[in-house]
Amino acid sequence: MSSAKDDILSRVRQAHVAAPPPALGYADVAREYRTTSELGLDAMRELLIDRLLDYKALVRPTRAADLATTVAAALADRGVLTAVVPPGLPPEWLAETDVEVRFDGGLNQPPISVADLDQMGAVITGCATAVAETGTLVLDASGDQGRRVISLIPDYHLCVVRPENICADVPQALARLEGTRPLTMISGPSATSDIELNRVEGVHGPRTLEVIVVTDPVGEVPH
Amino acid sequence: MSAPTAPRPVVSTTPRPVMLGMPALPPTSPRGVGNLRGDESFPAFARHSLQDAQLRRNLGNATQTIRGKREQVVAEVDDWQELREAGRQLKVHTMAQLETYLPQLEAAVTAQGGVVHWARDATEANQIAIDLIQAKGVDEVVKVKSMATAEIGLNEALEAAGIAAVETDLAELIVQLGHDKPSHILVPAIHRNRSEIREIFLREMEGVDPELTDEPAALAGAARRHLRRKFLSAKVAISGANFAIAETGTLAVVESEGNGRMCLTLPETLITIMGIEKLVPRWSDLEVFLQLLPRSSTGERMNPYTSMWTGVTPGDGPQEFHLILLDNGRTAVLADGEGRDALNCIRCSACLNVCPVYERAGGHAYGSVYPGPIGAILSPMLTGIEDNASLPYASSLCGACYDVCPVKINIPEILVHLRASHTETYAAEHRRPSVEATAMKAVAWVMSNPTRWKLALRSGRIGRILGRQRGMIGEVPLPLAKQWTDARDIPQPPQQTFRDWWAKEHKES
Repeated sequence: MSSAKDDILSRVRQAHVAAPPPALGYADVAREYRTTSELGLDAMRELLIDRLLDYKALVRPTRAADLATTVAAALADRGVLTAVVPPGLPPEWLAETDVEVRFDGGLNQPPISVADLDQMGAVITGCATAVAETGTLVLDASGDQGRRVISLIPDYHLCVVRPENICADVPQALARLEGTRPLTMISGPSATSDIELNRVEGVHGPRTLEVIVVTDPVGEVPH
Repeated sequence: MSAPTAPRPVVSTTPRPVMLGMPALPPTSPRGVGNLRGDESFPAFARHSLQDAQLRRNLGNATQTIRGKREQVVAEVDDWQELREAGRQLKVHTMAQLETYLPQLEAAVTAQGGVVHWARDATEANQIAIDLIQAKGVDEVVKVKSMATAEIGLNEALEAAGIAAVETDLAELIVQLGHDKPSHILVPAIHRNRSEIREIFLREMEGVDPELTDEPAALAGAARRHLRRKFLSAKVAISGANFAIAETGTLAVVESEGNGRMCLTLPETLITIMGIEKLVPRWSDLEVFLQLLPRSSTGERMNPYTSMWTGVTPGDGPQEFHLILLDNGRTAVLADGEGRDALNCIRCSACLNVCPVYERAGGHAYGSVYPGPIGAILSPMLTGIEDNASLPYASSLCGACYDVCPVKINIPEILVHLRASHTETYAAEHRRPSVEATAMKAVAWVMSNPTRWKLALRSGRIGRILGRQRGMIGEVPLPLAKQWTDARDIPQPPQQTFRDWWAKEHKES
């Protein structure tokens, strides 16, 4: 009695005998689409901000020296009382805020339960990369981003984008990412157009996305 | 609005007729399970769906809006044609090398702690899912929208096994609560307007606010509250997958609302059911498809959320992951040299949104979870053409679908190929030619002789009398002609044949 796997692979072979496919090797696939970009850092950053705004994300540009102040201001404007942060978030980002901050897991601390996460007003993360052309933030569960669940349950996601995070387009982004990590690509707050094609923001997932974009160093950076 | 259901025959796998001297072909998807076959032919159903003014208005508005958005974001991409060609070639290559890539995918998923199952058909896939869920001791699961699970009739099979499957996509939720069927691949509840949706929620949603208005934001808010309870307590989730990377074992789900993230992250156990054609060779190849899909489907530069995962990550997300690889007739499609490009489909629905027939008849008329142009070729090939014989004719062959397809599937060519297959199969099974075959033979006889052709053109002018009132010839109540014309209008022939006009024009020279 052959297994389903054997049967299916044998059917594939059968199909290829009945209708031999073209000999098109992987290396022969035509790749004439653009895989490099001419954009410098400033241009990418400007494009990123433009695209984030287009997606109805909130954006706060800030200088690196003012980052902690900006984080505090964003949380205060939002009226946040408690925020969850990933264990590897740079603590200096939180230096100016008096919001109650809970680190999710990390040294000697258990991960926060889903029920507790549901009570928290905000999540603060960095990002693995930010794609200028599409306004996409990518989280890869690294130390400054954390488990996927912490950026999913709270209603407000505050994400910091530093110059070294920014890349030009989707091909560049994929080249920087490790495919086997748990990845979440975020392009604006959640939305649906299922009701008469009326786009409604905020279904599941954080209904407000705010992005702090660090605007220095100024100038071209090779990438 | 659903078609009346007749009892389905319980028949197991239907093999295609085997001709003496030829090797057997892979089986098509079995009857009696799943949602690939309608109860009425396309023209029969379309006749009444065309009368549904609300459906036509909603659908016309929806498809027009999405068409506009798609055009705009595609125009931004200066290497769009190059991306399309790369997408096409990648898919053709992958289908040709499925025998290598499928085991590679299995190995990569397994190496990262996932479990891979193989399902020859819908029945087997449903049983595997049921067994996995029952092993967890739960009777309710949350679902992310998945065409593959709709195709195999998973929800029906789960219900029969005492398991409730909660659809978490807003449109699928609307369809489920409304005891209805989806009418579009991407916006399945487009046939419903807001007041209908409000009524459905008031009637079927537990704990809903009785003061609920029909504002889309309020409706979405009601869905959020209703589903959040389910998400936060679900133990098992079921999803499909948009792409699977053979090289790394990574799966990708492309979505807008966040219910995908919820289902893929919160439960302890995740079961993903995916057609074997969704494979992509390497991680970097996603650079092509992640550009083609969002722009073609919702007309966005990028959809709100894309989740990617590989097997199991300790401490993050489901700690048990099962991937069910589904055949269900795909290998039968693969065996059709002229039709197999239908497997290249990435389910963007751009072809639906641009099709003049789909826009007017609606998705239900196709009788399958795959409607529109792609459905007209994929559904008959998955089931065997005789179970969906009317679908390849549900087209004017205008070719708009081919123009917008991000992976360049030549749908019109495959439609014509399937029409030819049907006439041959019909003749073989009924030992006489079909109406189309007879008509084509008659026309061929006339066209093969210049004098006969000239006479025919002249006498065609009589058609002007038939079409006098509205400039179009409708139904012609003569044998043979009736079957062709009762679902098609023909423009009135012109006053002068081309030959007469030419002769007159060139009299001087």
